[in-house]
Amino acid sequence: MANQEWPLWEVFIRSKQGLNHKHVGSLRASDEQMAVDNARDVYTRRSEGVSIWVVESNNVFASEPAQADSLFEPADSKAYRHPMFYDVPDGISHM
Amino acid sequence: MEKNTNLFEYVLRMGDDSLILGHRVSEWCGHGPILEEDIALTNISLDLIGQATNLLEYAGEIEGKGRDGDAIAFLRCDREYKNLLLVEQTNGDFGKTMMRQFFFDAFRRLLFERLLKSSDIQLAAIADKSLKETKYHLKHSSEWMIRLGDGTDESHSRIQDSLDSLWKYTNELFFMDEVDFSLIKEGIIPSMDGIQEEWLVYVTSILEEATLSIPTNNWKQEGGRIGKHTEHLGFILAELQYMQRAYPNMKW
Amino acid sequence: MKEVNITELERRFQEKIDNDIKIEPRDWMPEEYRQTLIRQISQHAHSEIVGMLPEGNWITRAPNLRRKAVLLAKVQDEAGHGLYLYSAVETLGADREATIDDLHTGKAKYSSIFNYPTTSWADMGSIGWLVDGAAIMNQVPICRCSYGPYARAMVRVCKEESFHQRQGFEIISLLAQGTPEQKAMAQESFNRFWWPAIMMFGPNDADSKHTAQSMKWKIKRNTNDELRQMFIDVTVPQAEMIGLTIPDKDLKFNKETGHYETGPIDWDEFWEVVKGNGPCNKERVDARRKAKEDGLWVREAAMAYAEKRKVKNAS
Ligand SMILES: [Fe+2]
Ligand SMILES: [Fe+2]
Ligand SMILES: [Fe+2]
Repeated sequence: MANQEWPLWEVFIRSKQGLNHKHVGSLRASDEQMAVDNARDVYTRRSEGVSIWVVESNNVFASEPAQADSLFEPADSKAYRHPMFYDVPDGISHM
Repeated sequence: MEKNTNLFEYVLRMGDDSLILGHRVSEWCGHGPILEEDIALTNISLDLIGQATNLLEYAGEIEGKGRDGDAIAFLRCDREYKNLLLVEQTNGDFGKTMMRQFFFDAFRRLLFERLLKSSDIQLAAIADKSLKETKYHLKHSSEWMIRLGDGTDESHSRIQDSLDSLWKYTNELFFMDEVDFSLIKEGIIPSMDGIQEEWLVYVTSILEEATLSIPTNNWKQEGGRIGKHTEHLGFILAELQYMQRAYPNMKW
Repeated sequence: MKEVNITELERRFQEKIDNDIKIEPRDWMPEEYRQTLIRQISQHAHSEIVGMLPEGNWITRAPNLRRKAVLLAKVQDEAGHGLYLYSAVETLGADREATIDDLHTGKAKYSSIFNYPTTSWADMGSIGWLVDGAAIMNQVPICRCSYGPYARAMVRVCKEESFHQRQGFEIISLLAQGTPEQKAMAQESFNRFWWPAIMMFGPNDADSKHTAQSMKWKIKRNTNDELRQMFIDVTVPQAEMIGLTIPDKDLKFNKETGHYETGPIDWDEFWEVVKGNGPCNKERVDARRKAKEDGLWVREAAMAYAEKRKVKNAS
């Protein structure tokens, strides 16, 4: 049998209840169960997590950095989506 | 007093199991089959050494002669160590290490589950903490049984060899003598009878899934519980005790 | 993608770096930047992994249960550091196992300090205190390095690293204040590790061929000599405080500059060890190669099982 490498998995950890899972790194594992266990052993040795997600790196689809301007810059000109865009008269509170 | 002698002996036996197996597994550190598994093995070893510390400290308290966990762990002669023969067996290849772990974890889980109800509060507390760790170890070793047994031809034959060579040490897991009988009567420890049956059911189910066959040769080896060991223990102690023996009575 | 010429891409790339904007894996980067990072990060990763071995020697001989657990956890952390770093290498399109094979064939280097033997328990103190201490000095600035995944891995590593130095210092200072045998053990160990620790920062700036470009790319944030001086300045008073003698008769404090000045560093020894002629180079690499070879059947089995299961689940 060929010297076949274990697939790469991206690891996401929820550090405590109420927070999002956050990407922390990657590791190698032969299947998803082992990936979760390895993530537990590698990335939560100091109680860094209460929940783990793993995603095989091959399954991550990413936006193209070269398209970043057309993807993300159009939002920059829409300041009206932000509350600071609006003047609130003095004396008005709770808004 | 009689109760204390028995309890001391019992806690010592458990503590030695954790100590010696923890020692063995720690030999893997830096040499695992892949980085991730190296880290996993070290976690297991750390859990076991933590358990050994708790148990041997407690043994020292029960004994009441001023020995602490370190004095007990490092300063006895070989016949005074009461661990199972199983745990002192050499690491062999990764499969043999996992097979040894699997037999032990499956036993320890059942034991700790029952010790939760021990009338001895301290023992119940140690069982509570150790059970959580042991469940994870067992999941880990069980999964490896299946992967290696049902993996490649090579892995199948290697792990079957390990099963064949270690099976003879499994009967001792359920060893009982006067120490046990009196503690069972007092509700401090569970009887082994139910444990042995449940252990066999679990172990058989995993080994079957792993496409492995349990040896029909039922010849058994035991002796560790009364201090009669295999050749391996002496070498373990030579390393374990090296510093304490070479430089006695110092703080480290 | 629109036709943009390379010089324009390079200009934009350098502009980002100058403005402290991190470079992320899929961003355009000069091939030489990528290769420099792959080389540097994988060497760093190899150092963490090979670094497990000299300390790993003493796990089964640790003098008490607390020290045994601490040392085991410490060496395990180094495996974790290696993994975080290999993880960063893989974001650059390099393959972890291929970089490891480079280590095993001698093509890739690792920190030469790990080619020295650990012959006494006091070495666990010297390594934590001096070697991890020097590593921290080296690594803290890399937390601000221009490549995002490397910088993030270093943040994680540095957080874990400070316990390493403290446990080492605890060991050595206990010995330095212990019985005569223990004091002698501490001093003997310190004598062996002091100079190699100083050499960990690499050759003098004048002889360091990569420094200028790496500084410009913010892969490196301080020069070797700057870091070495910082290390010496903090470590000498620590040694004196616990009663150890620095094995350097020429060492003096320069009141004008406020820095310690050491005697000449034996760079011949450094280069010999780098070339492979240190006391343990062969043992270290052999041990790593053996671990990989011995583990092959295990890795193959796991993969074969995973594939069988996939097929089973699909049908
Ligand atoms: Fe490290
Ligand atoms: Fe490091
Ligand atoms: Fe470290």
